[in-house]
Amino acid sequence: MCVAIPMKIQELRENNLCVAEIGGVSREISLMLLPDARVDDYVIVHAGFAIEKLDEKEALATIDLFRELDESLRMDETDHE
Amino acid sequence: MLKYLQEYRSPKDALRLQEKIRRLPLNGRRITLMEVCGSHTMAIHKFGIRELLPETVRLISGPGCPVCVTGMEYIDTALALAAQQGVIMATFGDMVKVPGSRSSLQLARSEGCDVRVVYSTLDALKLARENPARPVVFLAIGFETTAPTIAASLLEARRQSITNYSVLVAHKTMPPAMRALAADPGIGVQGYICPAHVSAVIGWKAYDFLPQEFGVACAVTGFEPLDILQGVYLLLRQVIRDEPRVDNEYSRVVSPDGNPAALDMLKEVFEPCDGNWRGVGMIPGSGLTLRSSWREYDATRRFAVECPPAQEPPGCICGDILKGRRDPVHCRLFGTVCTPEHPVGACMVSAEGTCAAWYKYR
Ligand code: SF4
Repeated sequence: MCVAIPMKIQELRENNLCVAEIGGVSREISLMLLPDARVDDYVIVHAGFAIEKLDEKEALATIDLFRELDESLRMDETDHE
Repeated sequence: MLKYLQEYRSPKDALRLQEKIRRLPLNGRRITLMEVCGSHTMAIHKFGIRELLPETVRLISGPGCPVCVTGMEYIDTALALAAQQGVIMATFGDMVKVPGSRSSLQLARSEGCDVRVVYSTLDALKLARENPARPVVFLAIGFETTAPTIAASLLEARRQSITNYSVLVAHKTMPPAMRALAADPGIGVQGYICPAHVSAVIGWKAYDFLPQEFGVACAVTGFEPLDILQGVYLLLRQVIRDEPRVDNEYSRVVSPDGNPAALDMLKEVFEPCDGNWRGVGMIPGSGLTLRSSWREYDATRRFAVECPPAQEPPGCICGDILKGRRDPVHCRLFGTVCTPEHPVGACMVSAEGTCAAWYKYR
């Protein structure tokens, strides 16, 4: 029941509503909890409400962290050789 | 951008992270980590995370499924309300099958009660608008992720002067439950995988007291397999270094202070109260109740319903399972008498329940 999915905002509507899309499926979502969201933002949607933005920079930085791990591992591996 | 999210499932990187974890100097130390979010429980089983970890690292599940921790007396009250003349009972889907002491909403529906599954509280409000002559009661359960959506619906109800909408509230908040479990020596949690979307609302600073007062390691992580592995890595590193803190692996969504608009709405509509967690018992300050200025929307005030004391099903050990003390396989009803089609206890009902996750991925 806590399921929350990332969706992309396509269009803002009246009354704090917007249309958001994922995988070709669109639906109306409330922005009452995230009033400053804009078109093209990725947001986390839970039970019909956007609850937070998905920050692209941070998403990439976290992947970089995995990559950094790769490099330190590779270093370890050369150590062992 | 969502294509980047694929990379959070890269099997190659998962193996590398696994190797990184295996190289940590655990020296045979037994370490118990607890996840307190039902979606983490499901992801851990689905991706087989347990099997990737060293044998001495134990992952246990806490009371992270909102449906599972909802007291049986609540279900009994919901059933009594659904049976009132003209009532439309609106609920999230996973409440429908939960057995109360004597029946379930699903059974009640087959007996003629009007029970509607909605995706959002705004859909429930729409039902109220479209059926002005009938009372619509919404089952308001869930943690800090969900509670703001109920608060928002009440604000909308008042703004639109919708008077036939009310809620039966049993919201719970996570940090007080994590405090109670951290303080329980019988469990011995050394690190928490903190909930992802609860944290989106309350912010990761809400867990600062856990390392500070209890020396318990904390990491907020997302739901992808690499998120969880990285979270476990961060937790183990904290334990090994004996430097407990709150690491935030899920920084793409979670900020230090959370979502201010959602927190404001929570505060406007609700105030803390003691919360009764099914199987765990009363935890001080772990519930939310309507503030006095919002009590007119309290379903129990609009209808006089009385229920005999709730009866837990005999043989079910949900209580121990919700505290991470025992695993579902230790329940003699598991998989035989109790299955997702015919759940006996709450942990089997919701897909996020620990028993259901074990059953599905066994
Ligand atoms: S298997 Fe069923 S009866 Fe046993 S603890 Fe889990 S929910 Fe309760």
